[in-house]
Amino acid sequence: MANDWGDAPGYVSHEERLGELTVTIDAAHIREACEFARDELGFNLLSDIVAVDYLGWGRPGVSGYIGTDSGRDINFPMTQGLQVLPRVMPKRFAVKYHLLAMRDRPARVRLTTWVEDGESLDSVVPVWPGADFFEREQFDLMGIVFDGHPNLKRLLMDDDWEGHPLRKDYPIGGEPVRFSEAE
Amino acid sequence: MAVAPEKPKIYEGSRIPSPVPTSLIVSPERRESGDIMQINFGPNHPSTHGVLRLIVDLDGEEVVGIEAVIGYLHTGFEKSMEQKTWWKGITFSPRIDYVGYQSNELVYVLAVEKLLGMEIPEKAVWMRMLLAELNRIHSHLVFLGTSALELGAISMFWYCFRERDMILDLSEMVTGQRMHTRYFQVGGLAEDIPEGFYDECRSFVEWMPKALDDYLALLDRNGIWLERTRGVGRLSADDAIALSQSGPNLRASGVDWDLRRDQPYLAYDQVDFRVPVYENGDVYDRYRVRMDEMRESVRIVDQCLRRLERMRGRPWIADDRKVVLPPREELHTSMESLIHHFKLVTEGFRGPEGEVFVTIESPRGEQGCYIVSQGGPKPWRIHFRAPSFAALEATATCANGSLVADLIAIVGSLDAVMGDVDR
Repeated sequence: MANDWGDAPGYVSHEERLGELTVTIDAAHIREACEFARDELGFNLLSDIVAVDYLGWGRPGVSGYIGTDSGRDINFPMTQGLQVLPRVMPKRFAVKYHLLAMRDRPARVRLTTWVEDGESLDSVVPVWPGADFFEREQFDLMGIVFDGHPNLKRLLMDDDWEGHPLRKDYPIGGEPVRFSEAE
Repeated sequence: MAVAPEKPKIYEGSRIPSPVPTSLIVSPERRESGDIMQINFGPNHPSTHGVLRLIVDLDGEEVVGIEAVIGYLHTGFEKSMEQKTWWKGITFSPRIDYVGYQSNELVYVLAVEKLLGMEIPEKAVWMRMLLAELNRIHSHLVFLGTSALELGAISMFWYCFRERDMILDLSEMVTGQRMHTRYFQVGGLAEDIPEGFYDECRSFVEWMPKALDDYLALLDRNGIWLERTRGVGRLSADDAIALSQSGPNLRASGVDWDLRRDQPYLAYDQVDFRVPVYENGDVYDRYRVRMDEMRESVRIVDQCLRRLERMRGRPWIADDRKVVLPPREELHTSMESLIHHFKLVTEGFRGPEGEVFVTIESPRGEQGCYIVSQGGPKPWRIHFRAPSFAALEATATCANGSLVADLIAIVGSLDAVMGDVDR
């Protein structure tokens, strides 16, 4: 299964972990790679599109005997570090396409592309019309721009909302509160 | 499993609107003509099952334009869950799809267990299946009751909610909660199954097929119901797959696909059940698929119950002290247990670095949970693949050229739960 992907447009690498196949695709070729997956490899259903923000990934560092360099706040029990440093990610954002091949021997694959803030990806709406809402949701919440999407506007947040709430630099409680003392 | 080629097609070609696949757009010339009336359907219309707003363009009674506006119920579950430890996340997940709550809980717990590489006791596997199937019946009953209510069959609503209440009673008996149970834990179940449950559940299994016969007698020979549902809101198999549809909406369009059979999880490969498939892709078939599924779910519950009755006294949660809370009574006698308890409750357990995507067949279709872990006690990113979210994408295709009165039947038949759509 994995070696079928060597011919995919924009193929970079693949990896199998926890029983799941992840194929990394060059961001410039994602639409061709999706067409290839649908037409040549039989992945007929787009299950999901999800973007991940890796800003600050691994920053807590490895915990020592008394916590990390920045110390450890006893009022926040989760401020101690990690047991091992996670792998370094190539860029800030990853966009993941979960595909499903509905056939007698079903298969799933995850296509991963990497983009920096401000870089855009080709929309896969021409390949799967169902990508419409999925891409709009990731645009809305994560700020990933999909070129060629016919209707790229906010979906879940208000039309005039500022910022993208699922980004790691978007604060918790980033919503303006009325009647608070700050006003 | 593929679409059988010899069957007649639901319609030729594709009816997915272009260029925007999820909304029908009226051309400016037609709008200029003055025949088009734009109305707001929702967000607080009783038939939208929550807060769904459809901007509908009407030419007489015909729907010529439609756009779904969602997000009224967006609560930021994904952002909130990133701030909570793994085990606190279990409380969030059932509230996303508040009708199919048990499936949400299940998919989250399965995803965390996959990340941790945990084995769970057999009793927990079968009990999870039993509750997931009871919840499927519950969800389909809510669908059936509300859909029939919207088309004027008020009595159906009361009958469906009578049986729904039986399921909630069973849920209360086992979990202490009627909905949003938090009964599934990472590693198994929160508590052992109470002794009286087996008999109560057995009598439900015996009662439910009779109730289903009653529903069929009430609806399936009802001329109004048939007229309002047959041939309405059709969706072809190719369009359904292109629009990422799943679950009953897909099976009503003739695609023989069910994750419980085709990618089995829990112990679905050890139970005997049929996957109902219908071929016309209309509102009627979507209702029939769910009716048949309830019957199959009763059969699965029956088989789970037989297994569970033989597992009395067996463990219901994994014995892994780094993940599972120690038994309450040990806290008074064992220092190690006390330390484990304290660590688990304050810091929580750590998941290894990695990413998992787990999918299950929820009452609404393919329910997925995608988790990225940094190696800490909290998820780095968590995302739910919501079947209702995908189902709403088919609204414009189904409503293409239909009448405004049918819109209510169509939206109801896609069975989108707005909590699941907006998350």
